[in-house]
Amino acid sequence: MHFEYNIEGGDFTRAGYASSQVKKLLKKQGVEMSVIKRTVVAAYEAEVNVVAHAYGGVMYVDLDDRQMRIVLQDTGPGIEDIQQAMEEGYSTASDAVREMGFGAGMGLSNMKKNAHELNIESEVGKGTRVEIIMQIA
Amino acid sequence: MNDNDPIVLAMQVKEIVQALELKVYSGEEGLDREVSGAYVSDLLSDVMGHADTGQLWITLQTHKNVMAIASLKDLAAVILVAGHKPAENTVEQSNEEGIPILGTLLSNFEISGRLYELIKNR
Amino acid sequence: MLVKEIIEVLDARLLCGEERQDYGVEVAFASDLMSDVLTLKDDHVLLITGLANMQTIRTAEMSDIHCVVFARNKKVSPEMIELARENDIILIECRYSMFKTCGLLYGSGLKAIY
Repeated sequence: MHFEYNIEGGDFTRAGYASSQVKKLLKKQGVEMSVIKRTVVAAYEAEVNVVAHAYGGVMYVDLDDRQMRIVLQDTGPGIEDIQQAMEEGYSTASDAVREMGFGAGMGLSNMKKNAHELNIESEVGKGTRVEIIMQIA
Repeated sequence: MNDNDPIVLAMQVKEIVQALELKVYSGEEGLDREVSGAYVSDLLSDVMGHADTGQLWITLQTHKNVMAIASLKDLAAVILVAGHKPAENTVEQSNEEGIPILGTLLSNFEISGRLYELIKNR
Repeated sequence: MLVKEIIEVLDARLLCGEERQDYGVEVAFASDLMSDVLTLKDDHVLLITGLANMQTIRTAEMSDIHCVVFARNKKVSPEMIELARENDIILIECRYSMFKTCGLLYGSGLKAIY
């Protein structure tokens, strides 16, 4: 099964919609609750990152019996130093994003803690691609 | 009692440090500041808008602007929860301002609960 | 601690979840930072927050949190209530500061997460 969801940069009222769809999908598949939670927390942090930092992006979701693969591809400023961005507490978020309850530098580490596999590629000035792979059975 | 009225507790920062076994990271000079109450928030603009003079600020924010706000609002001290540690420049600022940065391993909820017990009858 | 007990202790207002007032929470967590909430592993968590926007509800949804208390007299929008209803999340509005909210609930025996 394949699904695609558009993510609008800067639109904090809709952030989380795509991850919410992922949650419903996994529930319908009867996936174990703890795995669902890990998956949607990673997906949601990634989605919020697109909203907070990029101009826009797409979440691609592929699901089979054993695995879910979520790819978030955005157009945006990209990440200069991924290693540094992974450090807990490091953040380039604007004050506006901080006042939304995000941007405390925990997003990427939350993703890493929850994803079974996490791959990040980025090109400065172009955008970022985040891949989250989950074993669901 | 209005929730945000400054209350005279006749309690100093150091008494609270002792009672709640808080760690003192910096700003020791300010340990005898008077405490009027406490404010729990992780949103800097909220603290700017609503915290009162002499309050203890309980937060897990370690953002560099924390001390600037504590100083502008003339807060008694900052308590960092859940083992969060202040950054180096925050420590410097705390020492300059004489506003202590304190720490606990407890969460916002638990340290607030204990502090509330401690001061509610004063 | 039951939802109806929380409402009584805080002299608070129930916004949605009227039919689920016998829902019980086991532990409480107070935060305005959603990434912090997203790290929680516990079940039956009560979230106390002063952040009132759509992301608060989304975060509760992703974290399987079914009861949220908004402190500081924060106003909750109709869109937030609708999203909460869809996800079986009980919303409570309380006029006290976060400090007093935590103090009253802790004093009533509600446990912290860690």
